Amino acid sequence: MEKVAVLAARAELEAAGRPAVDKRMTAEQAAAMVRDGDHVVIGGTLYSRTPMALVFALLRQRRRHLTVSRPLACYEVELFLATGALDRIVSSWVGIGLRWGLAPIFRHYVESGEVSYDEWSHLAMGLRYKAGAMGVPFLPSHTMLGSDLARTLGLQTVRCPYTGQQLAAVPALNPDVAMIHAHRADMFGNVQVDGYRHMDVDVARAARKVIVSAEQIVSPEEIAATADQTMLPHFAVDAVVAAPYGAYPHECYGLYGPDLAHFDAYAASAKEQGPTAGLRYVEANVDGHPDFAGFVAAAGTARLAALAADARELMPRTHAAGVAR
Amino acid sequence: MSDVTAEELMAITASRLLADHKIVFAGVGMPLLASVVARRIHAPKLTIVLEGGIIGASLLPGKLPISTNEMRAAYGAQMLTDITDIFLYAQRGFFDYGFLGAAQVDMYGNINTSVIGSIEQPRVRLPGSGGANDIISLCNEVLIVTQHEPRRFVEKVDFITSPGYLSGGRSRAAAGLACGRLGAVVTDLALLDFEPGTRRMRLRALQPGVTVGQVRDQTGFDLLVSDDISELTPPSAREIATYRELRDGPSP
Repeated sequence: MEKVAVLAARAELEAAGRPAVDKRMTAEQAAAMVRDGDHVVIGGTLYSRTPMALVFALLRQRRRHLTVSRPLACYEVELFLATGALDRIVSSWVGIGLRWGLAPIFRHYVESGEVSYDEWSHLAMGLRYKAGAMGVPFLPSHTMLGSDLARTLGLQTVRCPYTGQQLAAVPALNPDVAMIHAHRADMFGNVQVDGYRHMDVDVARAARKVIVSAEQIVSPEEIAATADQTMLPHFAVDAVVAAPYGAYPHECYGLYGPDLAHFDAYAASAKEQGPTAGLRYVEANVDGHPDFAGFVAAAGTARLAALAADARELMPRTHAAGVAR
Repeated sequence: MSDVTAEELMAITASRLLADHKIVFAGVGMPLLASVVARRIHAPKLTIVLEGGIIGASLLPGKLPISTNEMRAAYGAQMLTDITDIFLYAQRGFFDYGFLGAAQVDMYGNINTSVIGSIEQPRVRLPGSGGANDIISLCNEVLIVTQHEPRRFVEKVDFITSPGYLSGGRSRAAAGLACGRLGAVVTDLALLDFEPGTRRMRLRALQPGVTVGQVRDQTGFDLLVSDDISELTPPSAREIATYRELRDGPSP
């Protein structure tokens, strides 16, 4: 388990200025904020609003000894594993998705002991980020008690000073870098998201550096016009990256569905070839293009249009126009 | 009836346990399908909650979600919030039912979805808890639905991902688990519950045509058997049609 370091994370915030300046940069420039050995938290959940443009930029840099955490992790973790970037995974669930069975590359690295997997419950992951976001060292909860998860992790309990109840003391997590994909942001880092927010608000507020990619960069006036939709204020964001289709082949609420055919192909090759398939995937889809836009373009306009139609079909009718704006 | 699959039988049996006007926290897959069947057949005011932050899920037939965190799961929802928030509603006590599947379950309802073998040297590393540990720890009544076979119904789970009654008796409360109780276990062979004193799994009713001996053969531990065993009513044509329409989409 990582050391609880809320006060150190707070001291960093106090020492660093939070100037409201133009924070736009490329995904590669933003990913360079990650150093070997860092703990990187990936926003979104499973295959929803995964910051794939940022993930690809980080994969391209072939960092080493990283820890990656995520509420539920998808095959992006297998790509980090197959390129030798990871020492540790912190999550409540790691797979590709129920339809594709067990994740073979994940299994290979964790079963061999090469990479460790700290398994928490889903709420515990949420409370870890939330405690980090709140600036407190732990949060009490009724969850995880009595389980082998708690025993294996060395989770501590705490006695309530008012009632005497025994509660899990879920430790704060303040990752080094958060990567989040959003629907829109302005150049200063005011960020808006449509639909469910996963754990992204707490993830961003807990992390020491926050990189946000956005489908659209909009004017500060547009943000102000719908201020009730703003998920993060500029002072909680360090870098802004323009990334249309920045979650592809994962989904982005209201805009495009997941590319299940892409998943099918990946899952089949991972099953057949194990880690080699992950490495080949990165060579072809990440290294094989000058940037993420090249990877998206390779999917072809027809496929992207079909994914957008899938998303529209699932949107509430009166809301669809607003989401698509 | 002969063409009803094990999955259909389990989902329909489970759907009947969900009462109208209740709130169910459902996992993706069979628990979600069973919940939507209940809404369409007998419980139109059942509210389905999914851990992705979705309250009031209803499903677009033929477009079943693979994940509880995706647009397909959010179709028709009344409210979209964040994940932690959903679990905190559970901790507050809002959710009448928690609804889970299981890779392994033991006689006290402890569930393993983490590892086959030891956690230090796994034979098979499974994906992990997801929200299962929280659902079983925090929801008011937990329902488990899984296929009835010896490799699933084991004497001792390899790892307690999600705590049931732990070692029976009062051990669950003693571990600090102040909330929740285990209600039923639904399988393709039977309906089971937990005997109130020992908290051991107990056979309550049989699926049509199934014998007690068959259930025992497919259970890897010594099963308690209720004095008043009954036979479950077979799925109706309407239940089967509803289930299949949800899974496959409207028939052309």
